[in-house]
Amino acid sequence: MAKRDIPEINAGSMADISFLLLIFFLVATTMDVDTGLQRRLPQIQDEPQQEEQKLYKRNIFQIVINGYDQLLIDDEIAEVEQIRNKVLDFIDNNGDGTCAHCRGMKNPASSDNPTKAVVSLTNDRSTSYGLYVAVQNEVVGAYNELRDRYAKERFGKSYADLQRVGVENPDDEETAARLKEIKDAYPLNISEAEPVDYNK
Amino acid sequence: MAKFKKKKSGGVPAISTASLPDVIFMLLFFFMISTVMRDTSLKVDQKIPEASEVQKLERKNLVSYIYVGKPKREFAAQFGTEDALQLNDSFESVEKIKDFVYAEKESRRPEERDALTFSIKGDVESKMGIVTDIKQELRKANALKINYSARQPGKKK
Repeated sequence: MAKRDIPEINAGSMADISFLLLIFFLVATTMDVDTGLQRRLPQIQDEPQQEEQKLYKRNIFQIVINGYDQLLIDDEIAEVEQIRNKVLDFIDNNGDGTCAHCRGMKNPASSDNPTKAVVSLTNDRSTSYGLYVAVQNEVVGAYNELRDRYAKERFGKSYADLQRVGVENPDDEETAARLKEIKDAYPLNISEAEPVDYNK
Repeated sequence: MAKFKKKKSGGVPAISTASLPDVIFMLLFFFMISTVMRDTSLKVDQKIPEASEVQKLERKNLVSYIYVGKPKREFAAQFGTEDALQLNDSFESVEKIKDFVYAEKESRRPEERDALTFSIKGDVESKMGIVTDIKQELRKANALKINYSARQPGKKK
């Protein structure tokens, strides 16, 4: 029997089909990166244990937000923009002189050293979420500034750069150790009180 | 001089489009791989707060979202105009967060469960009351890694 020619399949419309698919995926793709403020919640305690913790008042930086979105910092009315510098001065104060990398004023009425300094945040149930995030942002911003300064002095690199390297190469032990050192130098201590309803 | 007959003069030879499908396929595969399908439709109003110190959320498959805000207008009749909580595709009460957390953990590989982050996507105008309740429930469910979704100022969503 004579060998029959297999007719070639016309592939001319292949491009059209793939174009169609391409356009579908182009439209369906969301390229946005999600960003946000990372935070770790404290573990829940079954019975409220009254730990005898010696926390001096000078080591606590108190921020209170009421239901009308008004701020109180250490019993004084303040604005969101002031938080960053106040927190910065507070953490970096170095009252007991044990912190070699601090440049604070050594004000005896302010924090002893960054490890002991705690930022306490209290909010009302009707505080707006926007302001809450803004306040958190300012506090984190102050910490980041200090960490950045420390990173630049110690390693000659900005904190953000080190963080980026750390994320890109999780196995890079040197960077991990550096990041840990920075975090230990200025540990992020934010304490959030149980919410209260001041309107009651 | 017949030997050096000039080639057909005039007319540009047609460009071969044989490789066009290949190029398109390449693009197609790129987009297929990079696509993250939106799996929930928002039912609450969302205006994400701005914050300058934001960090990128790495490993999107290890992030679960909790949406907080006022119900959109078409749901207002049913769910009211107070701040509400959306998990997956439906409005839920705050108590449901525990179940949600366990379901989300269940759907990840065991070694990755601890790395699961819960991102709170809250509306700027929502009240802290509901957010605090959510945080409290998350703590009860032992989901401690959270993230307050925010965007960099000046960047459009």
